[in-house]
Amino acid sequence: MIFVSTLLPIDVALGVIVYWLLLAFAGLLLQNTRTITRVIFPAGAAGALVLAAAALSGLGGPANVAVLPLGLPDLPFHLRMDSLSAFFMLLLGAASIGISLYSAGYFRDYEGNELGLLCFEYHIFLAAMALVFLADDAYLFMVAWEAMALSSYFLVTTDHVVPEIRRAGFLYLLIAHVGAIAILMCFGVMQGGHGDYTFATMRNAHLNELWASVTFLLALFGFGAKAGIVPLHVWLPEAHPAAPSPVSAMMSGIMLKTAIYGILRVTFDLIDVQLWWWGVLALTLGLITALFGVIFAAVQTDMKRLLAYSSIENIGIILVGIGLAITFHVFRKDAVAALALTATLYHALNHAFMKGLLFLGTGSVLHATGERKLGKLGGLIHPMPKLALLVLVGALAIAGLPPLNGFVSEWLILQAFLLSPGLPHSYLNMLIPIAAAALVLASALAGYVMVKFYGVIFLGQPREGKFEDAHDIGIWERIGLGWLALGCILLGVFPVFVILLIDPVTQLMVGHTLGGSAAQTGWLWLTPLEPGRASYSPLILFLIVIVGVIFTMLAVKKFYHGRLRHGPAWDCGFPEQTARMQDTAEGFGQPIRQIFEPFFGVTRIVPTPFDKHPHYRGESRDRIWDYAYLPIASVTEKLSALIGRLQHGRIHIYLLYSFLTLLALLAFVR
Amino acid sequence: MNISGILLQLFQNTLVVLVAPLLLGWVNQCRAWLQNRTGPGILRPYLNLFKLFQKDAVLAHNASPLFRFHPYILFACMWLAASLVPVIATDLPLSPAVDVIVLVGIFALARVFISLAAMDIGTSFGTLGARREMLVGFLAEPALLMVFFTAAAISHSTSLSTIVETLAHKQFVLHPSLAFAAIAFIMVLLAENARIPVDNPSTHLELTMIHEAMILEYSARHLALIEWASALKLLAFSTIGIAVFLPWGIAEAGNWGAIPLALVALFLKLAAAGAGLALLETVSAKMRIFRVPEFMGTAFLLAVLGLLVHFLHGS
Repeated sequence: MIFVSTLLPIDVALGVIVYWLLLAFAGLLLQNTRTITRVIFPAGAAGALVLAAAALSGLGGPANVAVLPLGLPDLPFHLRMDSLSAFFMLLLGAASIGISLYSAGYFRDYEGNELGLLCFEYHIFLAAMALVFLADDAYLFMVAWEAMALSSYFLVTTDHVVPEIRRAGFLYLLIAHVGAIAILMCFGVMQGGHGDYTFATMRNAHLNELWASVTFLLALFGFGAKAGIVPLHVWLPEAHPAAPSPVSAMMSGIMLKTAIYGILRVTFDLIDVQLWWWGVLALTLGLITALFGVIFAAVQTDMKRLLAYSSIENIGIILVGIGLAITFHVFRKDAVAALALTATLYHALNHAFMKGLLFLGTGSVLHATGERKLGKLGGLIHPMPKLALLVLVGALAIAGLPPLNGFVSEWLILQAFLLSPGLPHSYLNMLIPIAAAALVLASALAGYVMVKFYGVIFLGQPREGKFEDAHDIGIWERIGLGWLALGCILLGVFPVFVILLIDPVTQLMVGHTLGGSAAQTGWLWLTPLEPGRASYSPLILFLIVIVGVIFTMLAVKKFYHGRLRHGPAWDCGFPEQTARMQDTAEGFGQPIRQIFEPFFGVTRIVPTPFDKHPHYRGESRDRIWDYAYLPIASVTEKLSALIGRLQHGRIHIYLLYSFLTLLALLAFVR
Repeated sequence: MNISGILLQLFQNTLVVLVAPLLLGWVNQCRAWLQNRTGPGILRPYLNLFKLFQKDAVLAHNASPLFRFHPYILFACMWLAASLVPVIATDLPLSPAVDVIVLVGIFALARVFISLAAMDIGTSFGTLGARREMLVGFLAEPALLMVFFTAAAISHSTSLSTIVETLAHKQFVLHPSLAFAAIAFIMVLLAENARIPVDNPSTHLELTMIHEAMILEYSARHLALIEWASALKLLAFSTIGIAVFLPWGIAEAGNWGAIPLALVALFLKLAAAGAGLALLETVSAKMRIFRVPEFMGTAFLLAVLGLLVHFLHGS
């Protein structure tokens, strides 16, 4: 018992990381489908549960520190677990329980070497993400960050025989590394010339405003590349559809949050000054990202690309929260800053659950039908009712509908906007309502996207072919999805408990908490500042709606004779009805495409009256490719061609280069 | 939470559910008068509901449980929304559970469910209606929220009770921001309740229909619940408008003596609002479906303008 009582949360977390690494190697060596799916993935989920428990006990406690004598000589790994790390580890643990359990069922058709490698990379990925949250020096952070990027790259390219998937993987790797360089430079600036890369030194280093701003911009760029902030988002819609669904769920639900962690760590912890325009920049970028993501999600025809764009939207919402928190914190409005930060962290946690659930749901659809194109799906609620119910929870949650979890965090962000006290700049005051309007527009569009996503996949009739052999999900999938759906409901109905969990983090970051005021009227009522200004009780709302539904049903049952006939669909009496007359995904997105036409590069191939086999095709392109990426790529290619002239393949010329370099160095160093 | 509060809440719940079809009947009757018709009488909606509850329900072969379950959810949501608006008294026991943002969320929940139910059978009209409903909704929802934000910013609270109390206590000052908000709100009301010029509630089988296209496959008890829910939604929107823009005469918390007067005031205001709605519908023509986004966009911009005016002007 003495041993247990002295076990610090950080030790448990380290233990879980080592355990995951062992599982990874066990999977690589065994390569037995049955063992890997039935033993190793569930064991990984158990590790995640332990990690979540350790994180829970570490939240609010004092920061634990550890030094590992690994790595280079005289450069040990520093580890530290404070409330911010603990919160994100909780997110990692809680969400990956569901994903690992689901994987136990999902990968049953994979075999041999492929499954062994996948299991290896999957658990390395998990361990690397946990290590990112624990790192307390730039060296370990970068090692963990790169391990995370590489393992996820190999996971994305699991199906590497398909050329598009290799391309998607390359794009992901490229942008991940551009981001990593920016993060490295950001750490370089922060250590302030001491040559000591521990975070402790960075906390004590005092940067002037210019260098602090450089650091912030580098962090925003570097972590933004991982999070998918516009215009660095282009890898998301390529990489997510390419990866197996549990991997997409993990990348979108958890890995994007490591970037959010990085931004928060650098901005609120490592730099000691903040400037108000950083907040405005983050707010603006967040709004652009949110609107961009959701508008593009509305016109997608591939279900996983749609979810990838929806992830971009949610990252935008999270960034809006960060921007608000920075702005309020700079002007010392710490109560509202704590509110905005709470909303941000809450939304990050919610998104891990909702998006994990939806990506896993698409995995089951893909597995049962072999189809990813929305235009060919439909009517899956009939063969797969259990999956349909669980995905419905996720879809309603991400559409931000009460009483589920997505609504709570959006409600908190809107409260932060509304309760914003007068800021000293008048144009800041003007920005607040406009930003609130844009955010509300984005969240209303999310409802549109989710109706499209759910309606086209699960409702109506199968558009092409019948999915009669589509089977409902198995027990492992059901447990995994059920865990995430339960999370969506509980996080939505009991917000005060979640806020009490987040409190130590906001205390650490902005020196103020929400819990005191949020819980002052009891756990039933969520009151961000004071009860008179705003209050919300999701549990009561939930109960009233349920009571209302039951009461209505009983009343109707009592007074109505209950006769019911089954017949063909009426549809205004049109006799010839085929399933192809339903809206396709493209048709459902058409109004959005029309309204926001200038945003898209739309190409249409319209048939002429003389075509024997008329075919209509419309394509919406991301214009950022044309305006940003392709010019950069062509400039890079030209530069490389110029540099390529240095290479002749003759050894005496290379010797001459070495000689000239030596001379130049001698001249400089002397 | 005291016993009189609970009684008052129950009274309001019963009142709204019983009065809602009356308001619909009144609007239709006013419309008929304005068009020089005799009209069906203001009790017609009750008779319709009664008739629908007598019929046998017909369900399409392809219907899923979601299709059958949806009318109950819709009805419960609209009933809840209508019961939450402080129409006769403020500070009801349920009012702290739901603020204006949640109210908008409840409407959004109902909209998502009705669209999903419309897509369930898989007919061409159903999906078309669902798509159009979401199109109207994604602009109407933020516009409504912005209207509420203006009122919330004036009264420093998102609780409907506090908003109504604050605005009722102020002397009659013209808030320029509220004027913008009021115009936006009327536009949202027309769109959300499937009224002319956005949609026409009294026709079937029109290629530009929105609401009717979604509920084509429903019959008997399910249809009755949906129709009743629509009436409740109209009542909820009318009372929201009254509560935010014309709150005078409402009874304060626990003031039982003021309630009869508040009831009379409410009925007078509702009658005026219904007549005004009928007049608006009569003098305007239904617009093309492609113009609806512009209409809703205008409403949204007006509402944002209202909020901006408040933040810049301070009133």
